[in-house]
Amino acid sequence: MPEPDVRILNRKAQVVQRLLSVLPADAVIHEPHETRAYECDALTAYRCPPLAAVLPRSTDEVAAVLRICHEEGVPVVPRGSGTSLAGGALPTADSVILGVARMNAVLETDYDDRFIRVQSGRTNLSVTGAVEEDGFFYAPDPSSQLACAIAGNIAMNSGGAHCLKYGVTTNNLLGVTLVQMDGSVLEIGGPHLDAAGYDLLGVICGSEGQLGVVTEATLRILPKPEGARPVLMGFDDNETAGACVSAIIKAGVLPVAIEFMDRPCIRATEAFAQAGYPDCEALLIVEVEGSPAEIDEQLALILKIARGFDPVELRESKSAEESARIWLGRKSAFGAMGQINDYMCLDGTIPVSELPLVLRRIRELSVPYGLDVANVFHAGDGNMHPLILFDANKPGDLEKCEALGADILRLCVEVGGCLTGEHGVGVEKRDLMHDQFTDDDMEAQLRVKDVFDPAWLLNPAKVFPLDITRSRRPVAAE
Amino acid sequence: MGAGMLSPRDEADLAEAIRGANTPLHVRGGGTRGVPAQGEALSVARLSGVTLYEPGALTLVARAGTPLAEIEQALAAENQRLAFEPMDHRPLLGTQGTPTIGGAVAMNASGPRRIQVGALRDALLGVRFVDGTGMIVKNGGRVMKNVTGYDLVKLMAGSRGTLGVLSEVSLKVLPAPAAAATLVLPDEGPDRAVRQMAAALRSPFEVNGAAYLPGQGTLLRVEGFADSVAYRAGRLRDLLDDAADGDGDVWTGIRDAVPLGRDGDAWRISVRPSDGPRVVAAAKADRWFMDWGGGLVWAALPEGTDLRARLAGIDGHATLVRAGFDTHARLGTLHPEAPALRTLSDGLRARFDPRGILNPRAMATV
Repeated sequence: MPEPDVRILNRKAQVVQRLLSVLPADAVIHEPHETRAYECDALTAYRCPPLAAVLPRSTDEVAAVLRICHEEGVPVVPRGSGTSLAGGALPTADSVILGVARMNAVLETDYDDRFIRVQSGRTNLSVTGAVEEDGFFYAPDPSSQLACAIAGNIAMNSGGAHCLKYGVTTNNLLGVTLVQMDGSVLEIGGPHLDAAGYDLLGVICGSEGQLGVVTEATLRILPKPEGARPVLMGFDDNETAGACVSAIIKAGVLPVAIEFMDRPCIRATEAFAQAGYPDCEALLIVEVEGSPAEIDEQLALILKIARGFDPVELRESKSAEESARIWLGRKSAFGAMGQINDYMCLDGTIPVSELPLVLRRIRELSVPYGLDVANVFHAGDGNMHPLILFDANKPGDLEKCEALGADILRLCVEVGGCLTGEHGVGVEKRDLMHDQFTDDDMEAQLRVKDVFDPAWLLNPAKVFPLDITRSRRPVAAE
Repeated sequence: MGAGMLSPRDEADLAEAIRGANTPLHVRGGGTRGVPAQGEALSVARLSGVTLYEPGALTLVARAGTPLAEIEQALAAENQRLAFEPMDHRPLLGTQGTPTIGGAVAMNASGPRRIQVGALRDALLGVRFVDGTGMIVKNGGRVMKNVTGYDLVKLMAGSRGTLGVLSEVSLKVLPAPAAAATLVLPDEGPDRAVRQMAAALRSPFEVNGAAYLPGQGTLLRVEGFADSVAYRAGRLRDLLDDAADGDGDVWTGIRDAVPLGRDGDAWRISVRPSDGPRVVAAAKADRWFMDWGGGLVWAALPEGTDLRARLAGIDGHATLVRAGFDTHARLGTLHPEAPALRTLSDGLRARFDPRGILNPRAMATV
């Protein structure tokens, strides 16, 4: 991260005083032993306590905080629940963390127009929680959904396991209340379905807190399907599993999820959760939705296709209990890996057709580093999550792990994919942006930030390589 | 091709043409969508052809000038389709020519299925374009999940060629359904129609078309595998009174706003679905109908009528789709934005096209 601005550090008392003039005392955290709680997000390898952290309760309070920070020239790092795996909420010593966690109310629910409006600090799962008794749900389901906030989902354009059918956050976001760095409050979008002019909502979603602070969101909610049922398939090699995924999609079925696990991952989860998975090279879990008859119709077609690929195991769920068992291993995969090792979770996306090639190349790339890689991911949409296993206590292992991770992400770009499918760039992949984009490609993106945040004070050191943003970011006094 | 029309043969040539331009450019694909024109014509028609199609990955990449019909044909051969059902503007506008994929993207042209599968912008995975300075930019890609950098893909969808000229687009496509069914409910007025559509859209039966045509009634569509369609159509019949079987061809006319006829100005009004009847009552239109469960109202009014003044107090926006040059200039093609939003829009415009030469009047507001 860039060096902190000493002038700001020296003015801490004054900045804190001004923040206290617009917020209650319990909403301004500035004692060193307290700001430590905000020193990192879920990317714990990087840490730095902020100048202060504020926890406003309303859009007006957010606007007041931003106005002060704008006047003081203090960078602001927005934070939802702090579950970012990419360091999106990592502070610098001269920045104020603006946390929206206390803003978690449901503001409006409308089933006839099929939307819910919430304050952005509300957690993802509790959005569904607010409507599920009435037969609705909010579709994007990142695996951190119990903890992660809608604000962070919007910042990172979060996905989840069910994107093949329902899309990601941007496809389910109808409107936002956005506070700009200068404190002005904008309403963008709403319960209607398209933009009047430029699709500003589309560019705000996924901008990693660099264009404004979202305080309220209008989200599309969907009627819950009547039911869902998975089938589990085991294969002797990754190529066959990959070909089976393509064949299912080509046949006209649109499963709600297609999950893939490779042998290292199957073995680790089996040891951890005893889900009864077959010991094979590659395992697929394919889930379809609908009424019981519709599920039977789709599963019959999927099973017929799968048999053509000579699976070592084909297990159709016949009950809720069997469904839970099929999902048990997949859902415990990350926990299982964490049990046996430290790991780094990557997030590159590749064209589905390149799956076998990429899995083979990952194995080859990992050999010289002497590190193992386990794969568990959303195969339907090509969003891979290679888990690089390492030992955090072993000197040099983290660096090796990061180098291998960069190699794997470059491979994703090389085959026509991208660096990150749902976690975001943050600080983690910032310096790899050169591998995916030309300077002109990035210049076009930087212009958008110039328009929304001319002073470059919002989360300024993220997403783009520091060398190309240096001339735009505020200059720190040496 | 008309005299003096710029017709670059590839992306580099397009960039050269824009860099060399010293007058406003009127960007066109097939010229069917009635964007108010000014300046020298710049056609992307020669940037044509599907460059990649992977049915197993549900992905298609095509140059911007590729005729939509060519793309739809390629998809049909693999039993797939563009799920967002792009409008063909020719019946409404009386334009000639060949609709292109670039034109559809520039207009974010999305049909009845928008309520279930999303708009064109939701299916748009990546773009390549040349901005107003002649700089070539790519954004997004050809994979479904991609959060690498800012999403300029959405910004380009519906920007009517004012931020850059598209050279290539990549799209998520979907399987074509094996079967479809359309149900018709008797006409009992717009209020009742919107309530019926809401009841259908609230159900788990995956309704992907919900429209109301005065005089014909409420129309609902389900699509999918044969048994599933039969089941869901049956459940909808149980849910709603007096549903009869309808003809699926009706959806093409709804998509293309055919019920508005060829006379008068044509407006497209986007509101929260339950406000559809309020719009209808306030608009006092000569001809009108509702799509998107009431969220999209199409209305034909006498030439020069200021419909937006009649709709004051209803949230949403009204776009002038068919009108004379003077009416476009006097009323503005697009709905006026709130001042703070306009500042952002103007700022984007000024940075992507600092000389203001790309389709200068296409997004005009007053």
